[in-house]
Amino acid sequence: MKQHICTHINGEATEFLCATEDTLLQVLRDNLRLTGTKEGCATGDCGACSVVLDNRLVCSCLVLAVEAQHSRIETVEGLADGDTLHPLQQAFLDHAALQCGICTPGFLVAAKALLDRNPSPSESEVRFWVAGNLCRCTGYDKIVRAILAAADTMRNTNSRTTDAGAQP
Amino acid sequence: MSRTPENWRSVGTRPVRPDGIDKVTGRAVFSADFNLPDALHGAVLRSPFAHARILRLDTSRAMALEGVKAIVTARDLPLIPADQATTDGQPPDFRDMSANILARDKVLYEGHAIAAIAAVDAQTAEHALTLVDVEYEVLPHVIDVQQAMEPDAPVLHDSLVTQGITPAPSHPSNIASRHEQVHGDVERGFAQADIILTEEFTTQPVHQGYIEPHACMARVASDGQTDVWCSSQGQFMVRAYCARLLDMPLSQIRVTPLEIGGGFGGKTTVYLEPLAILLARRSGRPVKMQMSRAEVFRATGPASGSYISMKIGALKDGTLVAAQGILCYQAGAFPGSPVRLGCMTAFAPYDIANVKMIGYDVVVNRPKSAAYRAPGAPMASFAAESLLDMLALRLDMDPIDLRIRNAARPGTRAAYGISFKEIGYLETLQAAKAHPHYSAPLARNQGRGVASGFWFNIGGQSSAALTLNEDGTVMVTTANPDIGGSRASMALMAAEVLEIDVSRVRPEIADTSSIAYSDLTGGSRVTFAVGMAVTQAASELLAKLRERAAMLWDTAVDEVTWRDGCAHACVDGKDVQLSLASLAAQAGKTGGPIAAHVSLNAQGAGPGFGTHICDVEVDPDTGRVTVLRYTAVQDVGKAVHPAYVEGQLQGGAAQGIGWALNEAYLYDDNGVQLNPGFLDYRMPVASDLPMIDTVLVEVPNPRHPFGVRGVGEVPIIPPLGAVANAVSRATNARHADLPMSPPVVLKAIQRAARKRR
Ligand code: FES
Ligand code: FES
Repeated sequence: MKQHICTHINGEATEFLCATEDTLLQVLRDNLRLTGTKEGCATGDCGACSVVLDNRLVCSCLVLAVEAQHSRIETVEGLADGDTLHPLQQAFLDHAALQCGICTPGFLVAAKALLDRNPSPSESEVRFWVAGNLCRCTGYDKIVRAILAAADTMRNTNSRTTDAGAQP
Repeated sequence: MSRTPENWRSVGTRPVRPDGIDKVTGRAVFSADFNLPDALHGAVLRSPFAHARILRLDTSRAMALEGVKAIVTARDLPLIPADQATTDGQPPDFRDMSANILARDKVLYEGHAIAAIAAVDAQTAEHALTLVDVEYEVLPHVIDVQQAMEPDAPVLHDSLVTQGITPAPSHPSNIASRHEQVHGDVERGFAQADIILTEEFTTQPVHQGYIEPHACMARVASDGQTDVWCSSQGQFMVRAYCARLLDMPLSQIRVTPLEIGGGFGGKTTVYLEPLAILLARRSGRPVKMQMSRAEVFRATGPASGSYISMKIGALKDGTLVAAQGILCYQAGAFPGSPVRLGCMTAFAPYDIANVKMIGYDVVVNRPKSAAYRAPGAPMASFAAESLLDMLALRLDMDPIDLRIRNAARPGTRAAYGISFKEIGYLETLQAAKAHPHYSAPLARNQGRGVASGFWFNIGGQSSAALTLNEDGTVMVTTANPDIGGSRASMALMAAEVLEIDVSRVRPEIADTSSIAYSDLTGGSRVTFAVGMAVTQAASELLAKLRERAAMLWDTAVDEVTWRDGCAHACVDGKDVQLSLASLAAQAGKTGGPIAAHVSLNAQGAGPGFGTHICDVEVDPDTGRVTVLRYTAVQDVGKAVHPAYVEGQLQGGAAQGIGWALNEAYLYDDNGVQLNPGFLDYRMPVASDLPMIDTVLVEVPNPRHPFGVRGVGEVPIIPPLGAVANAVSRATNARHADLPMSPPVVLKAIQRAARKRR
């Protein structure tokens, strides 16, 4: 029997029916057609399927869809604010941090989860945080640089807004 | 083109790629992202045995399962007569390809496909697989290349008689062919040598490791018109191979390329597409097929593993006088390893008077090998560059100086037969030597390795269509999947010729019905060869624009010049100009839409050379190797979009580092793969690597309008040698077996220590 699941995906109330054995990845891609989240392995080893589930970075291929009941899910489709790219997306473009681009959604989601926790990570913190995301094209150099650059941009924007806010 | 290289405004810049937004927002449609209403799900039954005869194959129970719509086996594939197996004797062999996509009477590796099923959903299809009754007679198998060459080894193909040996052997064996390449007289060369060094090397098969598994969708109309959507390195390749395997006219198939999530050579053939077509034809519904990661490991790729025995002879001053090698490459279950290319490339960077290489192509019970970046070169180069390092150590000579002494220069006749014209190998060595990395101090347990690499680069058949839109923007349509930023480089080259901003150029990749044929994306050919088609088409478009302007001004074409995206002339003593937009708007008055289509067979791809420097630290207690610093130097001709060129160098280096340190297939005693997943087949992750520094040397290729050389293959060649040389220097022990996993390194350290005692 199918299960009825209520969630918020990228801020929008979303309901779906799924089988108990369906993974969140399958439901996102096949039922909801949110195909920005990719399947590279379905065993939790590549990070292409990364999403944020109730503020936790997870491999959606390792989460059962029924576990998402009443949860908030963020996927790559929710990163940009309308036509305005998230600083990470912009940095990936500016730094040529993608070649084929299949790993990119996973890296973006993972990197955002990092910067939400740690706004000024070191290079090695970035490297270890995204060690669960495989990229076979880039050798990671430009990806790591893009994440560090985005962190910079976000810190500067934040400090500007804080400064502005502090003015009488 | 009126601009000179010094004032090119597009070529050599780093704009955001045209397909970038789609790829950072999740909008880009990769192969598994494509859906059609009413599509069935396909699944493949695969052999659990490494080598077995299929005694009985009964699909009736599976077919009876509710929701199963179609099943195909090898019986449904047309038989290809032996004399039609290839085109003019050139690979691929379509009989083998047919037997690889569905086994006929024998399975030749664990994972070999036996049947394909289409059902209403994935679960039903998977369930149906378990209902197929197969009776096997399990046969002895062989995994190792040297064992497969033994006279008493289990033979994979009863009809396989070694080619390239006279007289022809009387018995079948696993040695598909012998290849010999002779340059000068090695015997005489070694007789002159003051020093002779010999070593044996082994490398393991490695998977291309693209993150996107193979997937496709097929739909067949009742009149037989067939559509395929898939990601591959060439939509025309998919069309041609499917037509050949299924005996269909090309005009009946349209292949639409979807975004490709990595290929590296591994997507230059077909696995699922013909099965999906057959299932769609039989069921009357679209069929979607998608490999799991385990299937990717068990049934696609890899690059050949190898056993190599090599010898070099040199004078006391370091001059190489002779080189000799025996290369045995694993082809996998069917003949066709790139051993010939290994023979050709190993010593290509050097000017050596006497070289003899012998290659053996050997079949084993593993998946059929597929191309992987610079096919055949990395393992042969690993052997050659290791020997050079041993020579440098013996002579107490700087390893870059040793290479400079022997480097191929313009005019050098390479051992594989051609004379090099304009090449930049020496420049890469000089740049590497001058790089601060090369003189940085090293600490205890650290070592620095250097190695070089060569790749031919290729040209080939290519098509491009440029059309001027009504508003003056330009479409650049080509036929080659964008695997790492080629849309950007095509747009940049068109923009440069037309002298317009690249933002006004929109590149697109067409399906097989919308543009003329192009060879596939591979061999480092696209920026060079397709770029040539784009450049010529842009020049033709420009000539037409000048004609149209002349018509509007009622003046001679010769009076019209092109500058900054506008036609200029002096009419009645007045300077006049027409922008692209106004020429486009008035096209109706001057003869209709303005477009240019160029199809050509590009010649003159400039060879590529690279030199890499690698620093490692080896933990003497565990054998664990950490790459501390890495620099890749390469002659790229001209970097059209330097950021993506750097990316090619960095990505290739990372793959080569994985090949050198981690990656290997593990098999149990029954020939069953133990690590068909990313957890145990460990590719480098971000925390395994340092930043990868790049130096782009630009020695222009005179045969290309912008001086372009291919860049994609070279960077995977030097890392194997560079890492091995670094580890060998750090541990004072030669490492000749890849991968250099901790236990292997530890053993070599201990062996060397015992020898020294
Ligand atoms: S698809 Fe989930 S980790 Fe690879
Ligand atoms: S860009 Fe291709 S896998 Fe990362």
